[in-house]
Amino acid sequence: MAILAAEKTVDFFIHELIPYNFFGQTVYITTTHVCELIIILGIIVFALIARHKIMHAEEVPRGFQNVVELLVETLQKYVYGSMGKHGTKCYVNYIGTIILLIFLCNISGLIGLRPPTADYGTTLCLAVISVIMIQYNNIKWNKWGAFTSLFEPVFLFFPINVIGEVSSVVSLSLRLFGNILAGTVMITLYYSLLPVFVKIGIPAALHAYLDVFSGAIQAYVFTMLTMVFITNKIEG
Amino acid sequence: MNQITNEGLILACSAIGAGIAMIAGLGPGIGQGIAAGQGAAAVGRNPGAKGDIMSTMLLGQAVAETTGLYSLVIALLLFYANPLLSRFLKL
Repeated sequence: MAILAAEKTVDFFIHELIPYNFFGQTVYITTTHVCELIIILGIIVFALIARHKIMHAEEVPRGFQNVVELLVETLQKYVYGSMGKHGTKCYVNYIGTIILLIFLCNISGLIGLRPPTADYGTTLCLAVISVIMIQYNNIKWNKWGAFTSLFEPVFLFFPINVIGEVSSVVSLSLRLFGNILAGTVMITLYYSLLPVFVKIGIPAALHAYLDVFSGAIQAYVFTMLTMVFITNKIEG
Repeated sequence: MNQITNEGLILACSAIGAGIAMIAGLGPGIGQGIAAGQGAAAVGRNPGAKGDIMSTMLLGQAVAETTGLYSLVIALLLFYANPLLSRFLKL
């Protein structure tokens, strides 16, 4: 039994598939790129079907149109609860895109893909985009106050405040990355190290908790924190 | 007895370090348990606000879990993408 782990190799790494040349460096197309392209194609197909159905909309919605209207109303209520009327008008599209992308990337483990958010490159880029949005609002609504607020309450607090702003990037990206990577590692270990007869039915519970529940909560927390930070900068 | 190579020593100490790093899983466990208890007490006092209380509690728990995840990332890094070993091999 002790040799079991040494015989089989667990493989949850990212594989590099196609090399190409970028200004003299060799960079690769990896499994993350492929999985993310599949998910984006799925979202685009869904959006095109929804657009076609809405263009020929019925007064009393049924079926697919009903589901799409439910999703849009839930999203608008969610953003309105945190950001108020003006914020909703500006940001409901961005928040809707981010939450849909992160949620579908997180649960793509159910389809057999390796979740793209289990790659630190993806989550870092998402967090950097969110922080650029936050700092843009900071400068737009506070003008010079965005810089002088780094010196409050005492002049010596400047490094601590700068680290506090930078830590938004680190914490947003690492939280999403760590949760999804932990789920991926545990499910891969389960599938590769145990005999066949415990692999029918029982992994559904593991997937339900680690992939679906955890993924949904992380998508919710990412967008909620982005909205709260933006609202703080607008009102600050 | 075989000689312990330098590489083996680095890998062994990384394994011990990864194990010690996961002791940091204690903090979020206690904190999130206390938060869940307060959430349950709040629902008991005000059963009508159950949806709002649950959303707030889940948000707070996910933020509190972050430091536990930092230690998990360090442990996985030491196992599978060991920076000390690659720095040693370049020397």
